[in-house]
Amino acid sequence: MNKTAEGVFFLTGKDFAKAGVASSNLKAILESMGVPPDIIRRAAIAAFEAEVNVIIYAVAGMMHYSITQEMIKIIVQDMGPGIPDIALAMTEGYSTAPDYIREMGFGSGMGLPNIKKSTDKLTVNSVVGEGTTLEFIINLNKTA
Amino acid sequence: MKLQELVNSLSLEVKTPGMDLNREVTGGYASDLLSDVIGNAKEGSVWITLQVHLNIVAVASLKGLSGIVLVNNRMPDDDTLKKASEENIPVMTSPLAAFELIGRLYTLGLRCR
Repeated sequence: MNKTAEGVFFLTGKDFAKAGVASSNLKAILESMGVPPDIIRRAAIAAFEAEVNVIIYAVAGMMHYSITQEMIKIIVQDMGPGIPDIALAMTEGYSTAPDYIREMGFGSGMGLPNIKKSTDKLTVNSVVGEGTTLEFIINLNKTA
Repeated sequence: MKLQELVNSLSLEVKTPGMDLNREVTGGYASDLLSDVIGNAKEGSVWITLQVHLNIVAVASLKGLSGIVLVNNRMPDDDTLKKASEENIPVMTSPLAAFELIGRLYTLGLRCR
C-alpha cells in the first residue's frame, strides 16, 4: 500500500437510520487502498463504536480520518453532553444510555472499551456541556 | 455449509427475496447487544438475534456476516428489509426461541469460532 487518504464524515445525533454509514464508507476506503483485512476489521469496530456514540449521545459530530503509510488516525469530535468521568466511562459495562437505546441493543457500556481494545492508541478529551473528542490510531507497520 | 442448506434444514423463512443464498456460512454468533457482535462475531458467521431494527443490517454488513436470523417469529421492520436488500444481507425468521435454534445450528455443525 503506497497511497494516503484523508476526509471527513458528518454525523447527526439520533439519526439511527444512518448509524454505520460513516464506518462502512471508511471500511470501503480502506479496502480500496489494500489495507490488510485484520487492520480493517479493527478500524471498522472502532469507527462504528465512535460513530454510534455520537448518534446516541450528541447533537452532531464529525469523523475525520487520515490514512498514511504508518497509521490510520481517526478523530471523532462531537457536540454532546461531555463525559464527566472518563475513567468510569472506560469501564466495560458502564453506560448512561436511556432504556430505549438499550432495548435496541446499543448502550451496553462496551463502546469505549471496544475502541480501546481495537486500536493502538486512544485519547479521550471531554468537556461537560461542550462535547467529546476521541482520537485513535491503528499502526500499519506492525501486526497487532 | 451454504446458507441455503441452513434455510432448508431449519425451515427458515427468508424475508429478503431474490438474494443469493449460495453463500458460505462459516460459523454462528448469538447476541442482542450490537457492540458484542461488532466486537466478537467473526466474518462469515450467521447471526442469531431478537433485534429487528435496521441497525442490525449495518452491523452485519460491517462485519461481513453471512446472514441474520430473527428468533421467536419476530418480524423485521420494513426499513430493515430495505436496508438489507441494499446491503445484500439475507434476513430470515424462525418461530423457534434462540436456545432451540442455536442448539439445532450447533447440531448441524456450526460453531462460534
